[in-house]
Amino acid sequence: MIPESFEYHVPKTVDEAARMAAEFADDGKVLAGGHSLIPMMKLRLASPKHLIDLGRVEGLKYIREADGKIEIGALTTHFQAEYATLLKEKCPLLPETARAIGDVQVRNKGTIGGSLAHADPAADWPAAALALDAELKTVSTSGERWIPVSEFFVDLLTTSMNPGEILTAIRFPALPVRSGDAYAKHAHPASGFAVVGVAARVTLDEKGIVEKARVGVTGVSSKAYRASSVEAAITGKAPSSKNLDTASLHAVDGIDLNGDLYASAEYRGHLAKVYTARALALAVERAGGK
Amino acid sequence: MAAKLLGERIKRKEDPRLIQGRAHYVDDIKLVGMLHLAFVRSPYGHARLTAINTGAARNAPGVVAVFTGEDLKGRLGFVPCAVEMDGLKIPEHPCLAIGEVRYVGEPVAAVVATGRYLAADAAALVEVDYDMLPAVTSMEQALEKGSPLVHESLGDNLAFVAKIEGGDWKSVEADPSLKVIRQRMINQRLGPMAIETRGVIASYSPGEDTLTVWSSTQIPHLLKTHLAILNKMDESRCRVIAPEVGGAFGSKLNVYGEEGVACFASRQLGKPVKWIEGRRENLAGTIHGRDQIDDVEIYAKPDGTVVGLKCFILADLGAYHQFLTPGIPTLTAMMVLGCYNIKNVFVETKGVFTNKMATDAYRGAGRPEATYIIERAMDLVARELGMDPVDVRMKNFPAPGKDIVLPTGVNYDTANYQKTLKKVLKLSGYSKLRKEQVRLRKKGKLLGIGLSTYVEICAMGPSSRMPAGGWESGTVRVEPTGKVTVLTGASPHGQGEETSFAQIVAGELGIPYDDVTVFHGDTAQVPMGIGTFGSRATAVGGSAIYYAAQRIKKKMARIAAHKLEIKPGEVVFADGKLQSKDGSKSVAFTEIVTEAYYARQLPPGVEPGLSELYVFEPPNFTYPFGAHVAVTEIDAQTGEVSLRNYFAVDDCGRILNPMLVDGQVHGGLAQGIGQALWEELIYDENGQLLTGTLMDYAMPRARQFPWFETANTETRTPVNPLGVKGVGEAGTIGSTPALVNSVVDAMSAFGVRHIDMPLKPEKIWVHLKQGAMPGRDAA
Repeated sequence: MIPESFEYHVPKTVDEAARMAAEFADDGKVLAGGHSLIPMMKLRLASPKHLIDLGRVEGLKYIREADGKIEIGALTTHFQAEYATLLKEKCPLLPETARAIGDVQVRNKGTIGGSLAHADPAADWPAAALALDAELKTVSTSGERWIPVSEFFVDLLTTSMNPGEILTAIRFPALPVRSGDAYAKHAHPASGFAVVGVAARVTLDEKGIVEKARVGVTGVSSKAYRASSVEAAITGKAPSSKNLDTASLHAVDGIDLNGDLYASAEYRGHLAKVYTARALALAVERAGGK
Repeated sequence: MAAKLLGERIKRKEDPRLIQGRAHYVDDIKLVGMLHLAFVRSPYGHARLTAINTGAARNAPGVVAVFTGEDLKGRLGFVPCAVEMDGLKIPEHPCLAIGEVRYVGEPVAAVVATGRYLAADAAALVEVDYDMLPAVTSMEQALEKGSPLVHESLGDNLAFVAKIEGGDWKSVEADPSLKVIRQRMINQRLGPMAIETRGVIASYSPGEDTLTVWSSTQIPHLLKTHLAILNKMDESRCRVIAPEVGGAFGSKLNVYGEEGVACFASRQLGKPVKWIEGRRENLAGTIHGRDQIDDVEIYAKPDGTVVGLKCFILADLGAYHQFLTPGIPTLTAMMVLGCYNIKNVFVETKGVFTNKMATDAYRGAGRPEATYIIERAMDLVARELGMDPVDVRMKNFPAPGKDIVLPTGVNYDTANYQKTLKKVLKLSGYSKLRKEQVRLRKKGKLLGIGLSTYVEICAMGPSSRMPAGGWESGTVRVEPTGKVTVLTGASPHGQGEETSFAQIVAGELGIPYDDVTVFHGDTAQVPMGIGTFGSRATAVGGSAIYYAAQRIKKKMARIAAHKLEIKPGEVVFADGKLQSKDGSKSVAFTEIVTEAYYARQLPPGVEPGLSELYVFEPPNFTYPFGAHVAVTEIDAQTGEVSLRNYFAVDDCGRILNPMLVDGQVHGGLAQGIGQALWEELIYDENGQLLTGTLMDYAMPRARQFPWFETANTETRTPVNPLGVKGVGEAGTIGSTPALVNSVVDAMSAFGVRHIDMPLKPEKIWVHLKQGAMPGRDAA
């Protein structure tokens, strides 16, 4: 449980961090909370030569509303997201997701940007980001860009960020009218990670029919994904529990399911369907439907 | 006032320093010039060591020495096993592997460096060539002919066979009216998982030729003896100190190879050497618990009377014996009849070597397995005969009383199993729960109600039945100022005896509780003792303290009687005074103490000073018991289990401090429920440990539990003067079967008879998906 030696860098600004990220693009890692990277280093599964700690970078810890969207600084802790009044009012899926992460100690130190950039296939934030069509802002020495979440997660622990890019902010659309959010999770009893985690946002039309549904699923496969077939199957339908259940049967369509000591692929697939139905039902209820 | 101390809910003396982070564990101790030790461990379950190249490690920064098994040969002894049994095979167990590795995590080389990180870095540079050998991890496979052998020199993998037989099996087997119920039950392998991992500092002083060892241990005295033997040192020159110990649960009731190597390294280098175990090392290389396959046959009359029980126990010992390894399953055999008056018993226990870490004592140590077998069996009888599990239990309890002898040879001290069961039925509202269960089932909801009525064996124990002494020492020393020092040979590590022993002594001497300080754990300060395990510290160690206090009282009474001109037998200790029974004559406690030390007017024949040692040898074990009810809800879609309520009525004899008893019960319940629902160490067929971190091995968390509703009955034991039985393991022993019985009870709607632990949701879902629940109202 002792990491190999490494050099520790403490940038004070985003620019400085970007310069370091470029300099150590080959054998450096960015530290943003450290609840995944540090354990991996202690197990010597990861041994970066340079560690760039974003913890003291100014201006990466914030939650604000801009242009009708919610923007969260990458170094915002899970705990801050869990208790932010703005989020509870405008984007309740985020505090609900934050609350499901690890334990109090993890939530106090771990960050939303760190988690998303790490792209653990069983982390909670990817499900919410997918269900909300989030956008992720990266900065590098060659400038900044916004990546739509649909293009962000590539594979196990792999994102579309280039070497030298740092994730600095995430933008989410606020909860529209007649809409509800929900996150339903079956946590692994040891790690607390999602065996299955389903995030849903449902918008109803004035007659109570599902106008739009977004479902993000984590824990089930090598990367989090949007359950598009579920969304398609429920859109335009009345949100009856029968319809929700039927749509949820598509939760793992075309997905290569993970199996492990705790849950086989078959069982995980079953859980994904059940938890999709539960997340949808809760989102519908919160949207004012029944 | 003072006499009321026993039985009071007094806060622990230990807690302020623990809560404030001001206690000193091994890793908090830093010595000048101290070196650090790291181990290279086998990544394979079974392999021949063909070459170990330590060159690169020796040249790494800060490295002082590198040792391999060959370096220790003939210079450091073998890891000891204290158990003696007929025909028991005890393979040599070197502190560092010689020639062959036999389990993942086995120490292969030791690196000593000037810093902990440097030692770890250099350990990664030791190059070991392994020639892979076939491993065996299944006990049944290990017993087949042609199986890979863990120890080739032993000829097979069978370490021992032990049998217990009692009663008249011929007539049982000839009786066609008896129902025979058979069930295989798997008691999975667990990690004891003390919050403080193991740790040791060995400090050898070449000039004085003395060795001082700080170790996170439950048994400082026994460890001192064995480290002296291992190091071929004069025991008088060895001292072991157990500083604050952050939990053990049996895992530190041992002598480990790493402790031997630390001593060896310090003696070689003439400097203090520290080793602190990492959590991954702890999961792979600290003893494991349980790991049995139990095939049970129960013979019952149609009215529910159980007349016989057969049990075939396979116990996975791992690759080597640790201190008590082969003794643990024999406790299962002894206790397999539980609290039932079953006249015929046959138990065959086979201890099997496999390519895994050794199993040994883990909280309960053999009794949780026994209780699981018999408590599951009683539920199976109830199920088979269509009876309520309560009725089957009541039918088979012996009448309340003393000296109940079972055909297994055990002799229960005092028993009143009916009382605890009735109390828990009332506490839980059992009959209401049964009605609720029926109501919910009609709605398709699964409620489980599980019982466990356990008896266990504690207060270990009479020396005649123990591998290395069953007595305990207690010293009470009244200092010249009147403050009292208590030394106990038991070495508490979280149980709270600094508090309860102070209660005993303050109560006896009639002085303030704050005037009594209890010390333990340092062999240079405390007379030889055995240690804390097997729920023995209060029943055996506390009794020694009690008797030592009597000796102090006798002496002080003689001095006071002389002064007060009354008879010694008339002296009463109360309120800081020694007085005549009517109170007309009195003298301050401190005045008699002063007299004892100044020794100017001592009665003839009285030695100066006030220090008394008593060594208590218990005449029998004690047999605490209890009745638990677990109420679970099963998610009918997913198989997820949630524990809705837990009710525990425990009888641990007389209670000295209810708060300490509650603490032991709560912690024990958490661990027992942990086994039922979550915990499991899994090796693959090559001997790889698949659950080697806490990301995979699921420890119980506080948020997973409801409020435990606990209560007690107090059936005192005549085995010791305090009437206490012990409670350290009761919660663990009682709760595991209650949980499994509860879940199986809920799942009985699906025809389920048994599910092996841990009750992962998928195992339950497998049954759920197979069909609709009979008796459910149409939606």
